[in-house]
Amino acid sequence: MTSQTQTLLQVSALCLKKDRPILENIHFSLNRGEMLVVLGPSGSGKSTLLRCLNRLESATTGTVCLEGRCTEDISARELRRHIGLVFQEPELLPGTVFENLGTGPKLIGETLEENEGLALLESVGLDPAFKNKRSETLSVGEKQRLALAQVLANQPRVLLLDEPTSALDPLSTETVESAILKVQKDNNIGMILVTHDMDQARRMNSATLVLVDGKIAAYGTLDTILQSGATHLIKRFFSKQDKNS
Amino acid sequence: MQNESLLLAYILVMIAMAISWKNRLEIEKDILGASVRATLQLIAVGFVLEWILTIDRMLYLVLILVVMTAVAGWVSGNRGRPLPYSHAIAWFSIAFGSFATFGVLWYAGVIQSEARFAIPLGGMIIGNSMKAASLAMNRLLAETEHRRRQIETLLALGASPKQAMEQTVRQAAKAALIPTIDTLKTVGLVHLPGIMTGYIVAGGSPLTAVKYQLAIMYMLTGASAMTCLATVLLAYRGCFNKSEQLILDRSF
Ligand SMILES: Nc1ncnc2c1ncn2[C@@H]1O[C@H](COP(=O)(O)OP(=O)(O)OP(=O)(O)O)[C@@H](O)[C@H]1O
Ligand SMILES: [Mg+2]
Repeated sequence: MTSQTQTLLQVSALCLKKDRPILENIHFSLNRGEMLVVLGPSGSGKSTLLRCLNRLESATTGTVCLEGRCTEDISARELRRHIGLVFQEPELLPGTVFENLGTGPKLIGETLEENEGLALLESVGLDPAFKNKRSETLSVGEKQRLALAQVLANQPRVLLLDEPTSALDPLSTETVESAILKVQKDNNIGMILVTHDMDQARRMNSATLVLVDGKIAAYGTLDTILQSGATHLIKRFFSKQDKNS
Repeated sequence: MQNESLLLAYILVMIAMAISWKNRLEIEKDILGASVRATLQLIAVGFVLEWILTIDRMLYLVLILVVMTAVAGWVSGNRGRPLPYSHAIAWFSIAFGSFATFGVLWYAGVIQSEARFAIPLGGMIIGNSMKAASLAMNRLLAETEHRRRQIETLLALGASPKQAMEQTVRQAAKAALIPTIDTLKTVGLVHLPGIMTGYIVAGGSPLTAVKYQLAIMYMLTGASAMTCLATVLLAYRGCFNKSEQLILDRSF
Protein backbone atom coordinates (compact mmCIF):
# COMPACT_ATOMS: atom_id res chain seq x y z
CA MET A 1 0.00 0.00 0.00
CA THR A 2 1.35 3.36 -0.96
CA SER A 3 0.88 6.32 1.30
CA GLN A 4 -1.35 8.14 -1.16
CA THR A 5 -3.93 5.34 -1.12
CA GLN A 6 -7.13 6.99 -0.07
CA THR A 7 -8.44 5.66 3.20
CA LEU A 8 -11.49 3.52 2.50
CA LEU A 9 -13.07 3.62 5.93
CA GLN A 10 -12.18 5.99 8.73
CA VAL A 11 -13.82 5.55 12.11
CA SER A 12 -13.18 8.14 14.79
CA ALA A 13 -14.29 8.44 18.41
CA LEU A 14 -17.26 6.17 17.91
CA CYS A 15 -19.34 5.70 21.05
CA LEU A 16 -22.61 3.91 21.60
CA LYS A 17 -24.55 4.25 24.79
CA LYS A 18 -27.69 2.29 25.63
CA ASP A 19 -28.60 1.74 29.27
CA ARG A 20 -24.81 1.57 29.73
CA PRO A 21 -21.87 2.37 27.43
CA ILE A 22 -21.52 -0.42 24.87
CA LEU A 23 -18.83 1.01 22.63
CA GLU A 24 -16.37 3.66 23.80
CA ASN A 25 -14.06 5.73 21.66
CA ILE A 26 -13.56 3.27 18.84
CA HIS A 27 -11.23 4.51 16.13
CA PHE A 28 -9.41 2.84 13.28
CA SER A 29 -8.93 3.14 9.57
CA LEU A 30 -9.11 0.62 6.77
CA ASN A 31 -7.67 0.78 3.28
CA ARG A 32 -8.81 -0.87 0.11
CA GLY A 33 -7.68 -4.49 -0.12
CA GLU A 34 -6.95 -4.64 3.61
CA MET A 35 -8.48 -6.68 6.35
CA LEU A 36 -9.05 -5.65 9.94
CA VAL A 37 -9.61 -8.43 12.44
CA VAL A 38 -11.70 -7.49 15.47
CA LEU A 39 -10.94 -9.92 18.25
CA GLY A 40 -12.79 -9.96 21.52
CA PRO A 41 -14.69 -12.06 24.02
CA SER A 42 -18.42 -12.61 23.94
CA GLY A 43 -20.34 -9.48 24.85
CA SER A 44 -17.45 -7.13 24.11
CA GLY A 45 -19.48 -5.27 21.49
CA LYS A 46 -18.14 -6.78 18.25
CA SER A 47 -21.52 -7.36 16.61
CA THR A 48 -22.74 -3.99 17.80
CA LEU A 49 -19.74 -2.31 16.19
CA LEU A 50 -20.56 -3.91 12.85
CA ARG A 51 -24.22 -2.96 13.22
CA CYS A 52 -23.15 0.65 13.76
CA LEU A 53 -21.00 0.58 10.61
CA ASN A 54 -23.89 -0.87 8.57
CA ARG A 55 -26.21 1.63 10.31
CA LEU A 56 -28.62 -0.93 11.71
CA GLU A 57 -27.75 0.97 14.86
CA SER A 58 -26.79 4.62 15.19
CA ALA A 59 -23.70 5.50 17.14
CA THR A 60 -24.33 7.99 19.92
CA THR A 61 -21.31 10.10 18.97
CA GLY A 62 -18.37 9.82 16.62
CA THR A 63 -17.93 9.78 12.87
CA VAL A 64 -17.55 7.17 10.18
CA CYS A 65 -16.22 8.26 6.79
CA LEU A 66 -16.40 6.15 3.66
CA GLU A 67 -13.88 7.24 1.01
CA GLY A 68 -13.62 10.61 2.69
CA ARG A 69 -17.36 11.12 2.79
CA CYS A 70 -19.06 11.31 6.14
CA THR A 71 -21.58 8.47 6.26
CA GLU A 72 -24.16 10.67 7.92
CA ASP A 73 -24.58 12.33 4.53
CA ILE A 74 -25.30 9.01 2.86
CA SER A 75 -28.80 7.56 3.03
CA ALA A 76 -29.10 4.40 5.10
CA ARG A 77 -30.08 2.31 2.09
CA GLU A 78 -27.16 3.44 -0.03
CA LEU A 79 -24.71 3.08 2.85
CA ARG A 80 -25.86 -0.46 3.59
CA ARG A 81 -25.09 -1.45 0.00
CA HIS A 82 -21.62 0.09 0.23
CA ILE A 83 -20.85 -1.42 3.63
CA GLY A 84 -22.27 -4.93 3.44
CA LEU A 85 -22.85 -7.02 6.55
CA VAL A 86 -22.86 -10.80 6.84
CA PHE A 87 -24.60 -11.67 10.10
CA GLN A 88 -23.32 -13.92 12.83
CA GLU A 89 -26.21 -16.31 12.18
CA PRO A 90 -27.20 -15.57 8.60
CA GLU A 91 -30.85 -15.80 7.76
CA LEU A 92 -31.55 -16.73 4.16
CA LEU A 93 -34.82 -16.00 2.48
CA PRO A 94 -37.14 -18.82 1.54
CA GLY A 95 -36.50 -19.70 -2.09
CA THR A 96 -33.70 -21.00 -4.25
CA VAL A 97 -30.01 -20.26 -3.92
CA PHE A 98 -30.16 -18.14 -7.04
CA GLU A 99 -33.11 -16.11 -5.76
CA ASN A 100 -31.16 -15.45 -2.59
CA LEU A 101 -28.17 -14.26 -4.58
CA GLY A 102 -30.35 -11.83 -6.50
CA THR A 103 -32.00 -10.30 -3.43
CA GLY A 104 -29.84 -7.17 -3.21
CA PRO A 105 -30.06 -6.25 -6.90
CA LYS A 106 -33.79 -7.01 -6.95
CA LEU A 107 -34.41 -4.52 -4.15
CA ILE A 108 -33.36 -1.74 -6.51
CA GLY A 109 -35.18 -3.18 -9.50
CA GLU A 110 -32.20 -4.89 -11.11
CA THR A 111 -31.86 -8.54 -12.01
CA LEU A 112 -28.80 -10.64 -11.38
CA GLU A 113 -27.63 -12.23 -14.61
CA GLU A 114 -27.14 -15.97 -14.68
CA ASN A 115 -23.39 -15.75 -15.30
CA GLU A 116 -22.94 -13.15 -12.54
CA GLY A 117 -24.75 -15.47 -10.13
CA LEU A 118 -22.58 -18.41 -11.10
CA ALA A 119 -19.44 -16.29 -10.72
CA LEU A 120 -20.58 -15.31 -7.22
CA LEU A 121 -21.16 -18.95 -6.28
CA GLU A 122 -17.75 -19.81 -7.54
CA SER A 123 -16.09 -16.96 -5.71
CA VAL A 124 -17.31 -18.34 -2.36
CA GLY A 125 -16.52 -21.91 -3.35
CA LEU A 126 -20.07 -23.15 -3.81
CA ASP A 127 -20.92 -25.65 -6.52
CA PRO A 128 -22.74 -23.90 -9.42
CA ALA A 129 -25.13 -26.85 -9.42
CA PHE A 130 -26.52 -25.43 -6.16
CA LYS A 131 -28.17 -22.63 -8.07
CA ASN A 132 -31.65 -24.16 -8.00
CA LYS A 133 -31.37 -25.77 -4.58
CA ARG A 134 -33.76 -24.50 -1.91
CA SER A 135 -31.90 -22.37 0.60
CA GLU A 136 -33.39 -24.29 3.55
CA THR A 137 -31.66 -27.47 2.43
CA LEU A 138 -28.13 -26.05 2.68
CA SER A 139 -25.76 -26.97 5.48
CA VAL A 140 -24.74 -24.26 7.94
CA GLY A 141 -21.38 -23.76 6.22
CA GLU A 142 -23.02 -23.54 2.82
CA LYS A 143 -25.55 -21.06 4.17
CA GLN A 144 -22.72 -18.97 5.54
CA ARG A 145 -21.02 -18.88 2.14
CA LEU A 146 -24.30 -18.15 0.35
CA ALA A 147 -24.92 -15.25 2.72
CA LEU A 148 -21.45 -13.98 1.87
CA ALA A 149 -22.16 -14.23 -1.86
CA GLN A 150 -25.54 -12.58 -1.35
CA VAL A 151 -23.87 -9.52 0.14
CA LEU A 152 -21.19 -9.54 -2.55
CA ALA A 153 -23.92 -9.26 -5.20
CA ASN A 154 -24.38 -5.68 -3.97
CA GLN A 155 -20.73 -4.98 -4.88
CA PRO A 156 -19.91 -3.48 -1.49
CA ARG A 157 -16.77 -1.46 -0.92
CA VAL A 158 -16.45 -2.69 2.64
CA LEU A 159 -17.46 -6.14 3.79
CA LEU A 160 -18.31 -6.79 7.43
CA LEU A 161 -18.14 -10.41 8.56
CA ASP A 162 -19.53 -11.27 11.98
CA GLU A 163 -17.95 -14.47 13.33
CA PRO A 164 -18.43 -16.25 10.00
CA THR A 165 -17.19 -19.58 11.29
CA SER A 166 -18.36 -19.69 14.89
CA ALA A 167 -20.99 -22.33 14.12
CA LEU A 168 -18.76 -24.51 11.93
CA ASP A 169 -16.56 -27.56 12.39
CA PRO A 170 -12.82 -27.22 11.64
CA LEU A 171 -13.16 -28.47 8.06
CA SER A 172 -15.98 -26.09 7.04
CA THR A 173 -14.16 -23.35 8.91
CA GLU A 174 -11.23 -23.89 6.59
CA THR A 175 -13.47 -23.73 3.50
CA VAL A 176 -15.18 -20.55 4.64
CA GLU A 177 -11.89 -18.94 5.60
CA SER A 178 -10.37 -19.66 2.22
CA ALA A 179 -13.52 -18.34 0.54
CA ILE A 180 -13.10 -15.13 2.54
CA LEU A 181 -9.42 -14.75 1.67
CA LYS A 182 -10.19 -15.43 -1.99
CA VAL A 183 -12.96 -12.84 -2.05
CA GLN A 184 -10.63 -10.31 -0.51
CA LYS A 185 -7.91 -10.96 -3.05
CA ASP A 186 -10.28 -11.00 -6.05
CA ASN A 187 -12.35 -7.95 -5.22
CA ASN A 188 -9.75 -5.71 -3.63
CA ILE A 189 -12.29 -4.54 -1.05
CA GLY A 190 -11.88 -3.65 2.58
CA MET A 191 -12.92 -6.26 5.11
CA ILE A 192 -13.62 -6.30 8.80
CA LEU A 193 -13.71 -9.78 10.25
CA VAL A 194 -15.03 -10.28 13.74
CA THR A 195 -13.94 -13.29 15.71
CA HIS A 196 -13.49 -14.50 19.27
CA ASP A 197 -11.01 -17.10 18.09
CA MET A 198 -7.35 -16.23 18.60
CA ASP A 199 -6.19 -18.89 16.14
CA GLN A 200 -8.46 -17.59 13.42
CA ALA A 201 -7.16 -14.09 14.01
CA ARG A 202 -3.65 -15.46 13.59
CA ARG A 203 -4.54 -17.23 10.34
CA MET A 204 -5.96 -14.03 8.87
CA ASN A 205 -2.54 -12.46 9.36
CA SER A 206 -3.86 -8.88 9.33
CA ALA A 207 -4.08 -5.81 11.51
CA THR A 208 -5.95 -6.76 14.66
CA LEU A 209 -8.05 -4.73 17.01
CA VAL A 210 -8.69 -6.29 20.39
CA LEU A 211 -12.02 -5.22 21.80
CA VAL A 212 -12.77 -5.74 25.48
CA ASP A 213 -15.85 -4.35 27.21
CA GLY A 214 -16.49 -2.02 24.29
CA LYS A 215 -13.03 -0.46 24.43
CA ILE A 216 -9.96 -0.92 22.27
CA ALA A 217 -7.57 -2.94 24.39
CA ALA A 218 -4.86 -3.24 21.75
CA TYR A 219 -4.28 -2.55 18.09
CA GLY A 220 -1.60 -3.76 15.68
CA THR A 221 -0.45 -7.08 14.33
CA LEU A 222 -1.33 -9.98 16.54
CA ASP A 223 2.33 -10.79 17.15
CA THR A 224 3.23 -7.32 18.38
CA ILE A 225 0.13 -7.31 20.55
CA LEU A 226 1.14 -10.57 22.15
CA GLN A 227 4.80 -9.57 22.45
CA SER A 228 3.99 -6.21 23.97
CA GLY A 229 3.12 -8.12 27.10
CA ALA A 230 -0.48 -8.67 27.94
CA THR A 231 -1.99 -5.50 29.24
CA HIS A 232 -4.49 -5.57 32.00
CA LEU A 233 -7.47 -5.69 29.62
CA ILE A 234 -6.05 -8.41 27.42
CA LYS A 235 -5.33 -10.50 30.47
CA ARG A 236 -8.99 -10.26 31.30
CA PHE A 237 -9.81 -11.33 27.76
CA PHE A 238 -7.77 -14.47 28.03
CA SER A 239 -9.22 -15.38 31.37
CA LYS A 240 -12.73 -14.77 30.00
CA GLN A 241 -12.00 -16.94 26.99
CA ASP A 242 -10.87 -19.76 29.23
CA LYS A 243 -14.08 -19.50 31.16
CA ASN A 244 -16.13 -19.58 27.97
CA SER A 245 -14.50 -22.65 26.55
CA MET B 1 -86.60 -15.61 31.15
CA GLN B 2 -86.59 -15.15 34.90
CA ASN B 3 -83.96 -13.04 36.58
CA GLU B 4 -83.15 -16.08 38.74
CA SER B 5 -82.26 -18.12 35.63
CA LEU B 6 -79.82 -15.41 34.67
CA LEU B 7 -78.16 -15.67 38.08
CA LEU B 8 -77.92 -19.44 37.67
CA ALA B 9 -76.27 -18.89 34.28
CA TYR B 10 -73.58 -16.88 36.06
CA ILE B 11 -72.52 -20.13 37.74
CA LEU B 12 -70.85 -20.96 34.41
CA VAL B 13 -68.61 -17.94 34.75
CA MET B 14 -67.75 -19.02 38.28
CA ILE B 15 -66.78 -22.44 36.97
CA ALA B 16 -64.45 -20.74 34.52
CA MET B 17 -62.92 -18.80 37.42
CA ALA B 18 -62.54 -21.99 39.43
CA ILE B 19 -60.73 -23.68 36.56
CA SER B 20 -58.42 -20.72 36.21
CA TRP B 21 -57.70 -20.69 39.94
CA LYS B 22 -57.12 -24.43 40.14
CA ASN B 23 -54.72 -24.40 37.19
CA ARG B 24 -53.01 -21.16 38.22
CA LEU B 25 -53.87 -19.50 34.91
CA GLU B 26 -54.11 -16.30 36.91
CA ILE B 27 -56.96 -14.99 34.84
CA GLU B 28 -59.71 -15.40 37.44
CA LYS B 29 -59.45 -11.75 38.42
CA ASP B 30 -59.71 -10.80 34.77
CA ILE B 31 -62.76 -13.01 34.31
CA LEU B 32 -64.43 -11.61 37.41
CA GLY B 33 -63.68 -8.03 36.43
CA ALA B 34 -64.73 -8.52 32.84
CA SER B 35 -67.95 -10.37 33.65
CA VAL B 36 -69.05 -7.85 36.26
CA ARG B 37 -68.16 -5.08 33.85
CA ALA B 38 -70.11 -6.75 31.03
CA THR B 39 -73.16 -7.15 33.27
CA LEU B 40 -73.15 -3.54 34.41
CA GLN B 41 -72.42 -2.26 30.91
CA LEU B 42 -75.23 -4.24 29.35
CA ILE B 43 -77.78 -3.23 31.97
CA ALA B 44 -76.82 0.39 31.51
CA VAL B 45 -76.95 0.01 27.74
CA GLY B 46 -80.41 -1.56 28.00
CA PHE B 47 -81.68 1.60 29.65
CA VAL B 48 -79.81 3.84 27.24
CA LEU B 49 -81.11 1.89 24.22
CA GLU B 50 -84.68 2.32 25.38
CA TRP B 51 -84.04 6.01 25.04
CA ILE B 52 -81.76 5.98 21.98
CA LEU B 53 -84.08 3.95 19.80
CA THR B 54 -86.51 6.83 19.91
CA ILE B 55 -83.94 9.21 18.40
CA ASP B 56 -84.70 10.16 14.83
CA ARG B 57 -82.17 12.91 14.15
CA MET B 58 -79.45 11.71 11.78
CA LEU B 59 -76.86 13.94 13.44
CA TYR B 60 -77.33 12.29 16.83
CA LEU B 61 -77.06 8.84 15.32
CA VAL B 62 -73.78 9.69 13.66
CA LEU B 63 -72.56 11.23 16.88
CA ILE B 64 -73.32 8.06 18.78
CA LEU B 65 -71.47 5.98 16.19
CA VAL B 66 -68.48 8.30 16.43
CA VAL B 67 -68.40 7.87 20.20
CA MET B 68 -68.51 4.08 19.74
CA THR B 69 -65.60 4.31 17.32
CA ALA B 70 -63.63 6.42 19.78
CA VAL B 71 -64.07 3.84 22.53
CA ALA B 72 -63.16 1.00 20.16
CA GLY B 73 -60.09 2.88 18.93
CA TRP B 74 -58.94 3.49 22.47
CA VAL B 75 -59.26 -0.13 23.53
CA SER B 76 -57.63 -1.41 20.35
CA GLY B 77 -54.87 1.21 20.48
CA ASN B 78 -53.85 -0.12 23.88
CA ARG B 79 -53.10 -3.47 22.23
CA GLY B 80 -50.61 -1.88 19.89
CA ARG B 81 -48.98 0.23 22.58
CA PRO B 82 -45.33 -0.25 21.64
CA LEU B 83 -46.19 1.14 18.21
CA PRO B 84 -46.10 4.90 17.96
CA TYR B 85 -49.51 6.52 17.34
CA SER B 86 -51.23 3.19 17.97
CA HIS B 87 -54.41 4.90 19.20
CA ALA B 88 -54.64 7.22 16.22
CA ILE B 89 -53.99 4.33 13.83
CA ALA B 90 -56.59 2.12 15.49
CA TRP B 91 -59.13 4.89 15.58
CA PHE B 92 -58.60 5.79 11.94
CA SER B 93 -58.64 2.19 10.71
CA ILE B 94 -61.79 1.31 12.64
CA ALA B 95 -63.54 4.45 11.45
CA PHE B 96 -62.42 3.78 7.88
CA GLY B 97 -63.53 0.13 7.84
CA SER B 98 -66.82 0.73 9.66
CA PHE B 99 -68.00 3.87 7.97
CA ALA B 100 -67.09 2.68 4.48
CA THR B 101 -69.06 -0.52 5.05
CA PHE B 102 -71.88 1.29 6.70
CA GLY B 103 -72.06 3.79 3.85
CA VAL B 104 -72.23 1.07 1.21
CA LEU B 105 -74.98 -0.80 3.03
CA TRP B 106 -76.92 2.34 3.64
CA TYR B 107 -76.61 3.35 0.00
CA ALA B 108 -77.67 -0.12 -1.13
CA GLY B 109 -80.73 0.17 1.03
CA VAL B 110 -79.84 -2.85 3.17
CA ILE B 111 -80.08 -0.71 6.27
CA GLN B 112 -82.06 2.41 6.88
CA SER B 113 -80.93 5.41 8.79
CA GLU B 114 -83.25 4.58 11.65
CA ALA B 115 -81.92 4.20 15.13
CA ARG B 116 -83.42 0.71 15.25
CA PHE B 117 -81.00 -0.36 12.49
CA ALA B 118 -78.11 2.04 12.76
CA ILE B 119 -77.24 1.60 16.41
CA PRO B 120 -77.16 -2.19 16.84
CA LEU B 121 -75.69 -2.84 13.40
CA GLY B 122 -73.24 0.02 13.72
CA GLY B 123 -72.20 -1.38 17.07
CA MET B 124 -71.64 -4.77 15.52
CA ILE B 125 -69.54 -3.42 12.66
CA ILE B 126 -67.46 -1.22 14.92
CA GLY B 127 -67.00 -4.04 17.39
CA ASN B 128 -65.82 -6.38 14.66
CA SER B 129 -63.51 -3.75 13.22
CA MET B 130 -62.09 -3.27 16.69
CA LYS B 131 -61.31 -6.98 16.91
CA ALA B 132 -59.66 -6.83 13.50
CA ALA B 133 -57.57 -3.78 14.45
CA SER B 134 -56.49 -5.29 17.78
CA LEU B 135 -55.55 -8.59 16.18
CA ALA B 136 -53.76 -6.84 13.34
CA MET B 137 -51.59 -4.81 15.74
CA ASN B 138 -50.97 -7.77 17.97
CA ARG B 139 -49.96 -9.98 15.04
CA LEU B 140 -47.85 -7.25 13.49
CA LEU B 141 -45.85 -6.84 16.68
CA ALA B 142 -45.47 -10.57 17.15
CA GLU B 143 -44.53 -11.22 13.52
CA THR B 144 -42.02 -8.39 13.53
CA GLU B 145 -40.40 -9.80 16.63
CA HIS B 146 -40.47 -13.29 15.17
CA ARG B 147 -38.96 -12.20 11.87
CA ARG B 148 -36.57 -9.68 13.29
CA ARG B 149 -33.54 -11.38 11.75
CA GLN B 150 -35.10 -11.68 8.33
CA ILE B 151 -36.14 -8.04 8.41
CA GLU B 152 -32.67 -6.89 9.45
CA THR B 153 -31.04 -9.11 6.83
CA LEU B 154 -33.11 -7.38 4.17
CA LEU B 155 -32.38 -3.93 5.61
CA ALA B 156 -28.68 -4.72 5.64
CA LEU B 157 -28.91 -5.62 1.97
CA GLY B 158 -30.34 -2.17 1.26
CA ALA B 159 -34.07 -2.79 1.49
CA SER B 160 -36.52 -0.02 2.32
CA PRO B 161 -38.65 -0.64 5.42
CA LYS B 162 -41.54 -1.39 3.09
CA GLN B 163 -39.57 -4.03 1.23
CA ALA B 164 -38.17 -5.49 4.41
CA MET B 165 -41.62 -5.75 5.98
CA GLU B 166 -43.50 -7.11 2.97
CA GLN B 167 -43.72 -10.69 4.23
CA THR B 168 -44.31 -9.61 7.80
CA VAL B 169 -47.16 -7.29 6.91
CA ARG B 170 -48.76 -9.90 4.70
CA GLN B 171 -48.47 -12.56 7.38
CA ALA B 172 -49.88 -10.27 10.07
CA ALA B 173 -52.86 -9.30 7.92
CA LYS B 174 -53.53 -12.90 7.04
CA ALA B 175 -53.40 -14.03 10.66
CA ALA B 176 -55.61 -11.19 11.81
CA LEU B 177 -58.29 -12.17 9.29
CA ILE B 178 -58.35 -15.86 10.19
CA PRO B 179 -61.24 -15.56 12.69
CA THR B 180 -63.32 -13.58 10.20
CA ILE B 181 -62.72 -16.02 7.37
CA ASP B 182 -63.28 -19.08 9.53
CA THR B 183 -66.53 -17.59 10.79
CA LEU B 184 -67.63 -17.09 7.19
CA LYS B 185 -66.79 -20.69 6.37
CA THR B 186 -68.67 -22.22 9.26
CA VAL B 187 -71.60 -19.88 9.65
CA GLY B 188 -74.79 -21.88 10.08
CA LEU B 189 -72.87 -25.14 10.40
CA VAL B 190 -70.87 -24.76 13.55
CA HIS B 191 -72.57 -21.79 15.08
CA LEU B 192 -75.72 -19.84 14.52
CA PRO B 193 -74.67 -16.25 14.75
CA GLY B 194 -76.12 -14.01 17.40
CA ILE B 195 -78.63 -12.09 15.36
CA MET B 196 -80.06 -15.17 13.73
CA THR B 197 -80.30 -17.00 17.01
CA GLY B 198 -81.97 -14.02 18.59
CA TYR B 199 -84.41 -13.59 15.74
CA ILE B 200 -85.42 -17.25 15.74
CA VAL B 201 -85.62 -17.52 19.52
CA ALA B 202 -87.85 -14.45 19.50
CA GLY B 203 -90.17 -16.24 17.04
CA GLY B 204 -89.14 -14.90 13.61
CA SER B 205 -89.00 -16.90 10.39
CA PRO B 206 -85.65 -18.64 9.83
CA LEU B 207 -85.52 -17.53 6.17
CA THR B 208 -85.84 -13.86 7.03
CA ALA B 209 -83.23 -14.43 9.69
CA VAL B 210 -80.90 -15.91 7.06
CA LYS B 211 -81.33 -12.90 4.79
CA TYR B 212 -80.34 -10.48 7.53
CA GLN B 213 -77.56 -12.73 8.61
CA LEU B 214 -76.05 -12.80 5.13
CA ALA B 215 -76.10 -9.04 4.82
CA ILE B 216 -74.45 -8.86 8.22
CA MET B 217 -71.78 -11.40 7.37
CA TYR B 218 -70.89 -9.51 4.20
CA MET B 219 -70.57 -6.26 6.03
CA LEU B 220 -68.58 -7.70 8.91
CA THR B 221 -66.18 -9.34 6.50
CA GLY B 222 -65.74 -6.15 4.52
CA ALA B 223 -65.27 -4.05 7.62
CA SER B 224 -62.75 -6.44 9.16
CA ALA B 225 -60.71 -6.72 5.99
CA MET B 226 -60.57 -2.97 5.43
CA THR B 227 -59.77 -2.24 9.06
CA CYS B 228 -57.12 -4.90 9.18
CA LEU B 229 -55.36 -3.72 6.04
CA ALA B 230 -55.49 -0.08 7.06
CA THR B 231 -54.07 -0.99 10.46
CA VAL B 232 -51.07 -2.99 9.26
CA LEU B 233 -50.25 -0.60 6.44
CA LEU B 234 -50.30 2.38 8.78
CA ALA B 235 -48.67 0.66 11.71
CA TYR B 236 -45.64 -1.09 10.18
CA ARG B 237 -43.90 2.24 9.60
CA GLY B 238 -43.89 2.75 13.34
CA CYS B 239 -41.45 -0.14 13.70
CA PHE B 240 -38.72 2.00 12.10
CA ASN B 241 -37.01 5.28 12.86
CA LYS B 242 -35.78 7.94 10.47
CA SER B 243 -32.55 6.06 9.80
CA GLU B 244 -34.62 3.06 8.69
CA GLN B 245 -33.61 1.00 11.69
CA LEU B 246 -35.89 -1.52 13.35
CA ILE B 247 -36.51 0.20 16.67
CA LEU B 248 -39.06 -1.92 18.48
CA ASP B 249 -37.53 -3.23 21.63
CA ARG B 250 -36.71 -6.89 21.89
CA SER B 251 -39.17 -7.19 24.76
CA PHE B 252 -42.51 -5.72 23.88
N1 LIG C 1 -30.02 -2.74 21.91
C1 LIG C 1 -29.28 -3.01 22.98
N2 LIG C 1 -29.65 -2.55 24.19
C2 LIG C 1 -28.93 -2.80 25.30
N3 LIG C 1 -27.82 -3.53 25.28
C3 LIG C 1 -27.39 -4.03 24.12
C4 LIG C 1 -28.09 -3.80 22.90
N4 LIG C 1 -27.43 -4.42 21.90
C5 LIG C 1 -26.37 -5.00 22.47
N5 LIG C 1 -26.33 -4.78 23.80
C6 LIG C 1 -25.29 -5.26 24.73
O1 LIG C 1 -24.05 -4.89 24.22
C7 LIG C 1 -23.09 -5.87 24.54
C8 LIG C 1 -22.33 -6.25 23.31
O2 LIG C 1 -23.14 -7.05 22.49
P1 LIG C 1 -22.58 -7.67 21.13
O3 LIG C 1 -23.68 -8.50 20.55
O4 LIG C 1 -22.06 -6.58 20.30
O5 LIG C 1 -21.41 -8.60 21.64
P2 LIG C 1 -20.43 -9.52 20.80
O6 LIG C 1 -19.07 -9.04 21.07
O7 LIG C 1 -20.86 -9.58 19.39
O8 LIG C 1 -20.65 -10.93 21.50
P3 LIG C 1 -20.69 -12.39 20.85
O9 LIG C 1 -19.28 -12.83 20.66
O10 LIG C 1 -21.37 -13.21 21.91
O11 LIG C 1 -21.49 -12.32 19.60
C9 LIG C 1 -23.83 -7.02 25.18
O12 LIG C 1 -23.60 -6.95 26.58
C10 LIG C 1 -25.27 -6.76 24.85
O13 LIG C 1 -26.09 -7.21 25.88
MG1 LIG D 1 -21.65 -11.04 18.18
